[in-house]
Amino acid sequence: MALPTVNSASARQTAQVSSVRITQLVQVFEADRPPVLDRIELNVAPGEFVCLLGASGCGKSTLLSLIAGLGTPTSGGIEITVGRPALMFQEPALLPWLTAAGNVELALKARGVGRRDRAAEAERLLSLVNLAGQGRKRVHELSGGMRQRVALARALAQDSRLLLMDEPFAALDAITRDALHEELIRLWSEQQLSIVFVTHNVREAVRLGQRVLLMSSRPGRIVREWHVELSQPRAIESPGVSALATEVTQHLRAEISRHGR
Amino acid sequence: MAGDVPVAAPTAQIDDRSAFEAGLDALEAPAPPRRPGPAKVFVRSVLPPVVAVAAFLALWQLAYSTGLKPSYALPSPMDVLRTFGQTVRDGRAWEAISVSVSRGALGFAASVVVGTVLGLAMWRGRWLRAALGPFVSGLQSLPSVAWVPAAIIWFGLSDAAIYAVVLLGAVPSIANGLLAGFDQVPPLLDKVGRVLGLTVLGRIRHVLLPAALPGYLAGLKQGWAFSWRSLMAAELITYSPALGIGLGQQLNIGRELNAMDLVIASIVLILVVGVAIELLVFAPVERRVLRARGLTVARGR
Repeated sequence: MALPTVNSASARQTAQVSSVRITQLVQVFEADRPPVLDRIELNVAPGEFVCLLGASGCGKSTLLSLIAGLGTPTSGGIEITVGRPALMFQEPALLPWLTAAGNVELALKARGVGRRDRAAEAERLLSLVNLAGQGRKRVHELSGGMRQRVALARALAQDSRLLLMDEPFAALDAITRDALHEELIRLWSEQQLSIVFVTHNVREAVRLGQRVLLMSSRPGRIVREWHVELSQPRAIESPGVSALATEVTQHLRAEISRHGR
Repeated sequence: MAGDVPVAAPTAQIDDRSAFEAGLDALEAPAPPRRPGPAKVFVRSVLPPVVAVAAFLALWQLAYSTGLKPSYALPSPMDVLRTFGQTVRDGRAWEAISVSVSRGALGFAASVVVGTVLGLAMWRGRWLRAALGPFVSGLQSLPSVAWVPAAIIWFGLSDAAIYAVVLLGAVPSIANGLLAGFDQVPPLLDKVGRVLGLTVLGRIRHVLLPAALPGYLAGLKQGWAFSWRSLMAAELITYSPALGIGLGQQLNIGRELNAMDLVIASIVLILVVGVAIELLVFAPVERRVLRARGLTVARGR
């Protein structure tokens, strides 16, 4: 299943426009330590779902913040062709003094949507994440999964073709995570989003991604790539996902073991 | 490999997913807190302090009846009530309340302006904060009555002296409260503002200020308490016929006349006014702000 396919994949992508094109990206925080990110090359095609997988310290979250524009790389280029990307964090990061709808509306306001259209648009977005009619609830009245879905609706409210997700489901229990996986895949295919999804959960990466990239730690490099040729929707417990996850896990473990020596 | 996942019919699948998710939401959303009924509120929150006050009055009456102290030093509760009634009837109580409350309100308003500007400046200016922070915190624990002699030397027996003491008492609490409010804003929320593409002003207006509000309110509440105390200290000492007679001055008159009933009536009135303003003005605002965020007031249970 692991395709040694650098050729075919990149040939396919350079022919198309990329949503994100990252070239020779280097990020150094402390000069006397190995770079956090080392010569990262990454193209994400429009409508593509890419999972970045790696152990802690591999710089996957750093990479995501750089794409989101929350920092500047030491060197190298990040080219985004689809406007300001939307970003979801591990925590819902909702503003607790606003209602669910209020949080979505703030994103609409930031985008310049007129006051009159915001309420209806927020309700439409909330119903996209299966929260129709729940807009008046306060953040503390929602469960963890509902909060993360409001955060997803808020990200969608940015109306970006590129959605960056930084371990967004890591803090949820397995059943809720499962529900959100289904939700996300449905939205991805309906809205034709490009998604870069960071996780340290191998099964999650294989469950969701069309492409899974394995990153090494210190320095953070992309060391391996898999094309997941399983059709969506796929269940996390399906044999296909399991088989590929087993293989990816072996490589991830090998990467981690290098650091113990 | 592609075909090995069984795929259900699309509509059935959507129903299935919505129902599943709705079920999860229903099970996992936190239940709204149950509000106790009026009878329970009465028994739990109203009755205990009423009983305590009644017991205190009974002990006081007992001490008076047994002649623990001569009656000019320890009047009975009824004597105090009678004196209080008299001050209400002849208008002295209202005048004292209106003089003190208007001074307190004006002094507090000035403190809010100065304290907020100072807090904002210290928040934006790292250097300013490093320089002034220890002094502002230190001033918070300095009893503001200590400023009264200095204020009288600078400003004479005037309203200016009284306001100076009030400001020195309240400004540090308000500035520190605002700073604490800003310090408690999770950095993640500011990141959210940046990701959403809000401008700097938009982030301050929509993210930082509302996020800092609970800390700021706590500072304002403490600032009011300090204003009121400072005001009483200042009024007690700066007594001059040119100044109106506030509650502190009425208290001082009681001392000079050796009229313990007037002294006690004044003390009770100072306490009642201070508490009433906190309960009527600050408590409702604080409760609203905290409840909206799913937080409860520390003592509210």
